[in-house]
Amino acid sequence: MSAPAIAAPRKGLADKAILLHVGVLALLLAAQFVLPEYHALSLTRVMLLATFAVGYNLLFGYTGLLSLGHALFFAAGLYGAALPAYHFGWTAPPAFLAGIAAGFLVALTVGAVALRTTGVAFMIVTLMFAQAGYLATLYFGNVTRGDEGLVLTDAVRRFELLGLTVDLADPGLRYNLALALLAAAIAITLVVVRRPIGRVLVAIRENEARTLMLGYDSYRAKLVAVVLSGTISAAAGAAYALLFAYAGSSFASIHYSIYPLLWTLLGGAATVLGPVLGTLIMFYLIDLASGFTTAHLVVVGLVLVALVLFFPKGILGTVRERWLPWLP
Amino acid sequence: MATVTLLETNGLSRRFGGLKAVDGVDFRLDRGEIRAVIGPNGAGKTTFVSLVAGRVPPSEGSIRFEGEDVTRLPAHARVRRGIAYTFQITSIFGNLSVFDNVALAVQSALAKEAGFGARLDEAEIRGRTMTALDLTGLAARADQPAGTLAYGHQRLVEVAMGLGLAPKLLILDEPTQGLSDPEIADFIGLVRTIAETATVMLIEHNMAVVMDLATRITVLDRGRILAEGTPAEIRADARVQHAYLGT
Repeated sequence: MSAPAIAAPRKGLADKAILLHVGVLALLLAAQFVLPEYHALSLTRVMLLATFAVGYNLLFGYTGLLSLGHALFFAAGLYGAALPAYHFGWTAPPAFLAGIAAGFLVALTVGAVALRTTGVAFMIVTLMFAQAGYLATLYFGNVTRGDEGLVLTDAVRRFELLGLTVDLADPGLRYNLALALLAAAIAITLVVVRRPIGRVLVAIRENEARTLMLGYDSYRAKLVAVVLSGTISAAAGAAYALLFAYAGSSFASIHYSIYPLLWTLLGGAATVLGPVLGTLIMFYLIDLASGFTTAHLVVVGLVLVALVLFFPKGILGTVRERWLPWLP
Repeated sequence: MATVTLLETNGLSRRFGGLKAVDGVDFRLDRGEIRAVIGPNGAGKTTFVSLVAGRVPPSEGSIRFEGEDVTRLPAHARVRRGIAYTFQITSIFGNLSVFDNVALAVQSALAKEAGFGARLDEAEIRGRTMTALDLTGLAARADQPAGTLAYGHQRLVEVAMGLGLAPKLLILDEPTQGLSDPEIADFIGLVRTIAETATVMLIEHNMAVVMDLATRITVLDRGRILAEGTPAEIRADARVQHAYLGT
């Protein structure tokens, strides 16, 4: 069984959903004033990775396409921003836009090819593209410095904007920029799933043959989903490179294709906030578990087993099924 | 009223391996008709309408819709031209609400009218969807997951989706299969309502329904057109009786 469908947008109920999402974002905004420095930094990271997961969910959760290659899109944004910043001294704003543009182009190209396949073949093709991308970051080590990675100087992270000097090394600013990016990703997802295009994407997930017979060019709709998902993922990667001043090959590795899948499954596929919750829980689970054992992945594994047993649709997916049918 | 040809096939054929499921069919359908396509099991009825809808590519022959050659158009493009197909085996989105099922059809029709990339009005989608649901008597069930409906109602969701597409030609593939007698009576009324705005082609085994509804009947046998005419003519046709009864 696939996840239950999005509820049809209804007046009143729809507003409740908006309130919930605004409330969650307000909570994150307020958290920076009470959290100790270490956790504020962790949460900055979590919000960027959650943006990545929100982008992933658009393709996996709503459209039903399981990609094993999203590390490629994250890395496209990461390097798209870091390479010009490192080699040409671009400041953060143009570098960020370059990262997004790189992700858009890579997603368009990979999508156009990979969407000729479906199901398992789609998983394999996206995986192969991502592995090719990972190996490329190692092969062109003289440009990317491979595993060692590029460390961005403070100069490119400090820039003038509207007469103000902006310094991305400032923890408070980093937190709020990460939050802004996450808010944008959530807003885009909400708009997409509540607009007619969202209904078409869910229809493709549920029954593609029937969707075709309703007059939809499903290839085109799926390509839109891949490009949107890949571009959001790339924005997360670009922001990660600029805010944490580092871009290395490990971000292009298979792990970063699997993580967003796990985060999404944990929090609830095809729920807007599920990937955010999943990323938060997984991050802190690893953080806490590694505090008292080096075998922290065993703990993570046990939690995933429990998830499959008790929350087969993820946390928010199950919550929606049992208690809150209006959750988008 | 001058008759206008809506659909025309010439030498339309489809082979599956050595089997000629549809064999050189020359077929004409006028605007405003309710055409029944009947024939024994395996006569090629479903294959024939699948060729028209674009679900199956033809081996030979051509299909013209509103005077234009649509033989090479993919199914989704034919739907946008106005050919809607409702499935013999109910194929609705079981996890989606009844409303969303029909809204998908409605927004497809609206997208066709508005052109690519135009912003669709959710209120307009909602209005037209509720109209289709009212017509099929499903309005009270709009929020239910379609998969939880009784079989007869799921068939009606299929029809409502066909209506939502606002088609010029609505193809109904065995629409009354599995329905109870009172449901069939309602259904006949529904098809008459649909026929006021669309041309209807239906495959049907229930002869009472066929004789009641159809303005003309086409009889297929072994992939070929065996006979064509009004219900009265078909009833009197010796070859049809032979094909059906084997005597």
